[in-house]
Amino acid sequence: MALDTSKDAFVKFDRVQKSYDGETLVVKDLNLEMPKGEFLTMLGPSGSGKTTCLMMLAGFETATHGDILLDGVSINNIPPHKRGIGMVFQNYALFPHMTIAENLSFPLEVRKIGKSDREAKVKRALEMVEMGAFGGRRPAQLSGGQQQRVALARALVFEPELVLMDEPLGALDKQLREKMQFEITDLAHRLGITVVYVTHDQTEALTMSDRVAVFNDGRIQQLAPPDQLYEEPENSFVAQFIGENNTLEGVIKEIKNGRALVQLDSGDLIDCKPVNVSEPGQRTRVSIRPERVEFHKDRLSPDAHLLKATVKEFIYMGDIFRTRLSVAGNDDFIIKSRNAPDQVRLQPGQEIEIGWLADDCRALDA
Amino acid sequence: MTDTSAHQPMIDATGVPLKKSLARSLRREKIRALLLVSPLLLFVLLTFIFPIGSMLFRSVENDIVSNVLPRTVVELQNWDAKSGELPDEAVFAAFVADFVVAVEEKNHTRLGSRLNYESSGMSSLFRKSGRKVAEWNPETDGPFKDKLIAADKNWGNVETWAIIQTHSGKFTNGYFLNAVDMQRTPNGIEMQPENKQILIKLFLRTVKMSLIITGMCILLGYPVAWILANLPNRSANMLMILVLLPFWTSLLVRTSAWKVMLQNQGVINDVLVWLGMVADDARLEIINNQFGTIVAMTHILLPFMILPMYSVMQTIPPSYLRAAKSLGATNWTAFWRVYFPQSVPGIGAGSILVFILAIGYYITPEIVGGTDGVFISNRIAYHISSSLNWGLAAALGAILLAVVLVLYWAYDKIVGIDNVKLG
Repeated sequence: MALDTSKDAFVKFDRVQKSYDGETLVVKDLNLEMPKGEFLTMLGPSGSGKTTCLMMLAGFETATHGDILLDGVSINNIPPHKRGIGMVFQNYALFPHMTIAENLSFPLEVRKIGKSDREAKVKRALEMVEMGAFGGRRPAQLSGGQQQRVALARALVFEPELVLMDEPLGALDKQLREKMQFEITDLAHRLGITVVYVTHDQTEALTMSDRVAVFNDGRIQQLAPPDQLYEEPENSFVAQFIGENNTLEGVIKEIKNGRALVQLDSGDLIDCKPVNVSEPGQRTRVSIRPERVEFHKDRLSPDAHLLKATVKEFIYMGDIFRTRLSVAGNDDFIIKSRNAPDQVRLQPGQEIEIGWLADDCRALDA
Repeated sequence: MTDTSAHQPMIDATGVPLKKSLARSLRREKIRALLLVSPLLLFVLLTFIFPIGSMLFRSVENDIVSNVLPRTVVELQNWDAKSGELPDEAVFAAFVADFVVAVEEKNHTRLGSRLNYESSGMSSLFRKSGRKVAEWNPETDGPFKDKLIAADKNWGNVETWAIIQTHSGKFTNGYFLNAVDMQRTPNGIEMQPENKQILIKLFLRTVKMSLIITGMCILLGYPVAWILANLPNRSANMLMILVLLPFWTSLLVRTSAWKVMLQNQGVINDVLVWLGMVADDARLEIINNQFGTIVAMTHILLPFMILPMYSVMQTIPPSYLRAAKSLGATNWTAFWRVYFPQSVPGIGAGSILVFILAIGYYITPEIVGGTDGVFISNRIAYHISSSLNWGLAAALGAILLAVVLVLYWAYDKIVGIDNVKLG
């Protein structure tokens, strides 16, 4: 499921650029299409332009160039309050002088919805997030997690088709965050709403989204479903940014039959899958996930290239073992192995040989 | 660690009750805290609490009559002023005896001035009689009744004696009554004659004008505070300097500047005449009246409104307005329903500050207020420095203090004082 253009795009960014000072572009040529009902996450380091994109969609920032379309209509000149987009803010932005019920009632009042209708909808929305008993309280009397639920209910109570979330779980502790991640995705799928979710937490992005757009330097580096993003990063930024990753640097010797032979700077030769490299002689950064590195020779194909490694450190982490190796001049080469009954615990100083499937080793831009 | 049950008091490791050892360990800190605040405490006590207490006392104190005329006061107790007859010889004899001593000690003029507050003419009566009575011998020269009336016929007036009797108590509510345009008479408490009733009017005017000034400050200050709070830091600092600039100029200079601006031949009138908007012979009267006082005081007190508003607005995150708009509110609705209610504590704090400062303001109304733009404080100053009626000044001051406290209490009841934030 790469870019799905079979359905009509519900949200579309068409060659959007944004500059605040007229000198540098914060968002450079953004193109993005989202079908209805999708949960899309914008992931990236701070300053990568992801929040700016969200704000342009919400209407709080205007695009310097290009069109933003909602359901086929350009919304560039529609003020935020007429866009009908629900939004959950980083610090919830619950109005402190109103009760929870008044907060939820607010979007309905400004839409001139009748009192009895309003009360029914507020009640339904609060029950949806299991906050039915808290309508009379003030935001300050609720815990962070409860405020989060109310903010969610408030963004949903006027039944928008598109909901934007700007790092909504950033202020919660780890346990609560994981619980809310599940609740938000569950709710989104149950209601069939389209969600654009901004975060800098990659775990959140991977666990919640249908697709993830990785932002860096004002561009989308890769737009893909989580598994594809993790296993098949298209460039070295994405490989580095998503999950843990080992890199080795070298030069392409040859590319043949979908295989690249790379000579590392240490002189060793390894087989890789060429991703965004094209010709011999090019410098490359080879990326391999720690859990795909193998040191049991019997599990490797006989013709695989092997590298010599010295064990530097062994860390017991409960479910897994994390071993730090020195490989081809890289002292921070990590391998992870599952804590199984027959698993070998490597000792520091031990000399071993490691290898991997050529498909797991990706030759990316340097 | 000893295991203690819930009913026994907790004890520490050495068996001393935990509360006792906690108090001991905190004692040093408490003493240090007390030492740190004691210079200020002492200062406030000496320069604030004590003078206010003494002022409040002065507004009811009235021992001058009974001190200067002790025997007369005792004798007068048996006299009924309503009978319409003069007191008997015993009172006159006692009075002369007291008066001779008073003249020797030069107290009789002070007493005259005191009684003159109640009835004009008393001061000169005491002064004149003093010269004559000084030569009499209270032991041998009696009887004094006719002699004294011959010396000054006012002593033959029942009123004179009635005033001495009415104001002979050690304490009096006379000053407070005067402060609200009433007076003590032998027939009880009455309103002063129409033409002397000015103080209540002045009180009402002071409150009314202070409210107008507070309102003007809110109207002018709110947008400025809003801009200050929403500008990026650097420009906000620049603007803040402009807001604070008046603080660095003497109050007197600023007020005088308004005089230059507003007077008949002043800058504003000249410009208006030059522009042809006002005829030269019909220049605007914009100073030495209420208008001048309101304009000048609004200008001077404006920073006191802007600063608390600004510090409250600064704490309102811009995401609230964005949230309101994303929920479908127009700019105005978002402001009025979401932003404004959260800025009310700032308005409250600013209003209390400006109103309390305004109600006791003195210099500005004195300079630009003319006759109908002056405040009650100008009257207090007059009684302190010109008429020397300190008792009345103290009573007026005490009433002003009470008015402020009542308004503060009312504000607390209506808006709630914990709704006031200075940042």
